[in-house]
Amino acid sequence: MAKVIVVTSGKGGVGKTTTSANFSTGLAMRGNKTVVIDFDVGLRNLDLIMGCERRVVFDIINVINGDAALKRALIKDKHCDNLYVLPASQTRDKDALSLEGVGKILDELKEDFDCIVCDSPAGIEHGAFTAMYYADEALVVTNPEVSSVRDSDRILGILAAKSKRAVEGLEPVKEHLLVTRYDPKRVASGEMLSVDDIQEILRIPLIGVIPESEAILQSSNSGTPAIHTEKTDVAEAYKDVVARFMGEDLPMRFTTAEKQSFLKRLFGGR
Amino acid sequence: MPREEPAFKIKNSTVPVFVIHITTLDMDRLKRELEKRSAQMPGFFTNTPVVLGLAGIAGSDAVPDFTDLVRFLVAHGMRVAGVQSGSEGQRLAATMAGLGIFPDTAARGASPPKAPAEETPAGTGTPVQPELPGLEVPAAAPAEQPPAAETAAQPTQRPTLVIDKPVRAGQRIHAEGANLVVLAIVNAGAELIADGDIHIYAPLRGRALAGARGNEGARIFVQSLEAELVSVAGLFQVFEEGLPDNLRGKAVQVFLKDGRLKLEPLRQ
Repeated sequence: MAKVIVVTSGKGGVGKTTTSANFSTGLAMRGNKTVVIDFDVGLRNLDLIMGCERRVVFDIINVINGDAALKRALIKDKHCDNLYVLPASQTRDKDALSLEGVGKILDELKEDFDCIVCDSPAGIEHGAFTAMYYADEALVVTNPEVSSVRDSDRILGILAAKSKRAVEGLEPVKEHLLVTRYDPKRVASGEMLSVDDIQEILRIPLIGVIPESEAILQSSNSGTPAIHTEKTDVAEAYKDVVARFMGEDLPMRFTTAEKQSFLKRLFGGR
Repeated sequence: MPREEPAFKIKNSTVPVFVIHITTLDMDRLKRELEKRSAQMPGFFTNTPVVLGLAGIAGSDAVPDFTDLVRFLVAHGMRVAGVQSGSEGQRLAATMAGLGIFPDTAARGASPPKAPAEETPAGTGTPVQPELPGLEVPAAAPAEQPPAAETAAQPTQRPTLVIDKPVRAGQRIHAEGANLVVLAIVNAGAELIADGDIHIYAPLRGRALAGARGNEGARIFVQSLEAELVSVAGLFQVFEEGLPDNLRGKAVQVFLKDGRLKLEPLRQ
């Protein structure tokens, strides 16, 4: 049975699209036939981060309006065979994103795919609501700061009250907490909330911690999700998240500041 | 000229009240059994107004010592508002003891001439109200007990609303005409409203407003107070400077006393 997973947060700039790109890539690398949908109509970014912006011809609004068949709008990822991208429209009005139309697209995708990842826009408006409505599971992306945590709390409330599963009284959406841009050093010095602080407020299971890293910026700019990069902590952290999502029990990494070795300090290595 | 607000208003209203139907003139036995029953339900009567139903002893000319009986009942948490039914002499004695006379419900419902006729057989012996020796052994009584409690509580109260999932930012839970019990965390930006009491068996970080329709007796009980705002019957308090150390993270109750909002740590 195909799973619909929404990547959401409430607050903007916390790493939803980066997470969508890396998480869907990770799922595909493990053999799941995966499609990732950009719901941020008007401010689409996913295609850039996935490096397929030049191949966008049709988008999700075209499919909803019946201008293009779904198969023609799907873009095959350049790195993974199992991964497809359904881009958002850059030009259309976001109200064109109808619940009914999205429902139809998801039903059609469920026949071919194992995992459907919905990249939600920021906020709690129509786009974010549409992205989460059909979700079976949710990755709630949170930065270690109070406003992000509160917005995530708000989103969790909406998921619990207004998602299709909630409205129809089905089993509730399965929630996962993903803490991103985590800097253990700044946590230790009290500048950032710790993972424990965040969990104390949100009280949902933690699926992973993604450390703050320069690799993210580089990979976004180059259109290759960071999970492809060799031996960066970000790649490892996202692989852990995917593994946990698939049911593996792994210990949390990257939550404590690494002590620099004597040699590294001596030679100034990073 | 501005019209002046009247100093008082008299309004007719029906309030729930317990009726203690007395079926014996043996005051010692009555007291004994009352004592036994109230020991079984500690705290059930706390300044609770009650009415003495005298239909069961109306057939007798004997008059109970109301002053003594009232003193006994007061000591057990009851406040006697008056008597109902009973013989002429009993009612007179009751008024002498400072009690009110409640109109007989049976007489009110039936046509006036018929009422006394009904009253008399009721007084001739106990059989007319055999289902009301409510003050006997509880094992035999449970069937009668719930309806009595129900009639008292029903008109103003709906069933308690119980929430067992986190209440998150932007969510509002309103328990209309009821008490509210929350078993999970109430986060900052969330709002609990109840016309009755609010109990939170988890941290309260959002807002809690009890007695929303003006019930000044409403209270808030919280296991760990970290609230943004608490309110009882419209009087509220915010914590701009943070909560004082003796309350923060503590089990606390919030209530009104002398028109002021009081926050008091619960004894652990």
